[in-house]
Amino acid sequence: MRIVSITLQNSPDAAAIVDAILADNPDAQRKLYPAMTKIDCPGRIDVNAQSVSDRLGREWDTQEISMSVISLSGTVDEDDGIFSLYWR
Amino acid sequence: MATKKLSLKQKYSHLTRGLDWEPSYQKADDIFPYAKYEGIKIHDWDAWEDPFKLTMDSYWKFQAEKERKLYAVIESMAQNNGQLGITDARYLNAVKLFIQGITPLEYQAHRHFAHLARHLPGAGLRVAAQMQSIDELRHCQTQIHTISHYNKFFDGMHDFSHMHDRLWYLSVPKSFFDDATSAGPFEFLTSISFAFEYVLTNLVFVPFMSGAAYNGDMATVTFGFSAQSDESRHMTLGLEAVRFLLEQDESNVPIVQHWIDKWFWRGYRLLSLVSMMMDYMLPKKVMSWSEAWEIYYEEAGGALFADLARYGIREPKYSDVAKAEKDHISHQVWSIFYNYSHAAAVHTWDIDDEHMAWMREKYPASFEAIYQPRYLEWREQAKNGQRFYNNGLPQLCQVCQIPMAFTEPDDPSKICFRVSEYEGDKYHTCSDGCKDIFDYEPVKYVQAWLPVHQIFQGNCGGATMPEVLDWCHIKQGADNLDYAGSPEEEMWNRWMEGRRSPPPAFAVAAE
Amino acid sequence: MALASLNPGYSGPTRDKVENFNGAQLVYVHWEGHLNFCAGITLPLPPETPFGALASEILPSLYSADPKWRSDELETARWSLDGEDWAPDAGKTLGEQGVGHKSLIRFWTGAAA
Repeated sequence: MRIVSITLQNSPDAAAIVDAILADNPDAQRKLYPAMTKIDCPGRIDVNAQSVSDRLGREWDTQEISMSVISLSGTVDEDDGIFSLYWR
Repeated sequence: MATKKLSLKQKYSHLTRGLDWEPSYQKADDIFPYAKYEGIKIHDWDAWEDPFKLTMDSYWKFQAEKERKLYAVIESMAQNNGQLGITDARYLNAVKLFIQGITPLEYQAHRHFAHLARHLPGAGLRVAAQMQSIDELRHCQTQIHTISHYNKFFDGMHDFSHMHDRLWYLSVPKSFFDDATSAGPFEFLTSISFAFEYVLTNLVFVPFMSGAAYNGDMATVTFGFSAQSDESRHMTLGLEAVRFLLEQDESNVPIVQHWIDKWFWRGYRLLSLVSMMMDYMLPKKVMSWSEAWEIYYEEAGGALFADLARYGIREPKYSDVAKAEKDHISHQVWSIFYNYSHAAAVHTWDIDDEHMAWMREKYPASFEAIYQPRYLEWREQAKNGQRFYNNGLPQLCQVCQIPMAFTEPDDPSKICFRVSEYEGDKYHTCSDGCKDIFDYEPVKYVQAWLPVHQIFQGNCGGATMPEVLDWCHIKQGADNLDYAGSPEEEMWNRWMEGRRSPPPAFAVAAE
Repeated sequence: MALASLNPGYSGPTRDKVENFNGAQLVYVHWEGHLNFCAGITLPLPPETPFGALASEILPSLYSADPKWRSDELETARWSLDGEDWAPDAGKTLGEQGVGHKSLIRFWTGAAA
């Protein structure tokens, strides 16, 4: 299965997103770089808004992801509550 | 009655489809005159949807937040003399290349996406283009604001826009974008949104932004990340736009394939300037160009083109040449800048032993045998007070406009010469890739404003080098020549000496 | 291949027509095997320029920046003009011996000749 990936800034908000992704996507792998974190995963990554909100301690909606994203690889699908990356 | 909140998909649909209409008293072809002439067939514009589904209210909210955060960092950097935190003043030549070469392209992109925001028939694409147009203007502005701080102390940045339109190496990025903006909307989307902002984007971003992070330039890291958060929307637009074209009609496939071939090659040649920057201008290095090409094109691109194979798209033509050249182009382009430092607004310098050892490790197949001997000779000449400069003006490629320093893919001792005839005149190109581009649309490229040829036509301020440099607004003895002996070297050394002594009462850089 | 253009019959100015160079032609020269000179060099030369002037004045002024340059090696150099083997005559002008606008002259000296 081909790898999808998302790269996020090393900011406090993004740290919650990273934690949520790793918790909800068991095959996801994290790689650390200066000032940024890359997550690779075979086939699909789902970012669950509730999962992120729980970790942030406030309500977070999927459109806020644009504040933290540096790069991504895969087809994007965004809806209320969930932001997904996948290859068809 | 409680108001129901609209879902993301509903809000987006109301903005893009809900506010759009079918014309009733004008013909669609008259309202959208650019839509058909490239031969692309679209049967259903509604089939394109923005995966990010941004509506205006969320766009403004997020973009304003990014600006607030960014300008706070810029202010802080200015107040805290952030320029003292970089590894070495040589690093700033990467920043000079950026403001001279790339920032003006952000402005060109802003203008052209505004054009697309009017002229693309699909409402979803128009909205995405409108947002991208504002993004690109924001990128241009944030880069200028950030780099203006360095401009207070260092050379080469003071007239970046004027130089962009005149200097020999800046005609490379300028002509790249002129080529794209003089093409039709679909070629533009394939060239910039897809080839540049999706396929090749990491080869711009990683060298400059990681290079900045590794070298203590947190201001550039900050504007880089601020821009990158917009780039994820741009790259998605590029990928989805190309998929959309390929899905709409089978006859679009060969047209799009041709554009992918052309723009892969033009983008790749443009990136040779970045390859030089990352191998030579970063005191603390991120990775070699060769490594970056392997990771971000050979591996990542492989996955992408495997995905597009379902439409009948294959990997770009001459990908094999780019692979063969990856151990060579950074050294060849550095040699160009070393030859012509007297005529550039960036410095070059002689490579020290530590740098050469890194090169030998990263380029075992090429550096020691081919490039190290040259650099050792140059270092020797400089030590004897005879620093090497090339007295002639270079031969430029008619298409990419880079001095023709690239060698045959299978023989790095021979310059690659290609030539075409058109209407009784010869046109020289640096490679099969550029020659193919010329031969396909010669009417475009015979109009190229080649800096060397323009100088010899007398259009660049005079017949002598000092007059031409004046016309380009190069401050002679400051912006140009070797880093060794430059005013900013002297300033940097003085600052660093000041840091080693007991701290003064006021900021060192205030003198 | 025809350019796809908004209006049929599109054309634009040829910016480097020979008439634009005030009596000169563009000639490109390259000293093969010496890539310390990173690329070929562009010269504006009137076609009336004797080859001898190119060999005795112009090329040395460009290439003597390399300490290994020896002007006398030009006497035994190998030449090509626009991709064909060439035996230049110092007494004739460039124009008289086939050097036209945007011609490319390559030369090999020493052991490579």
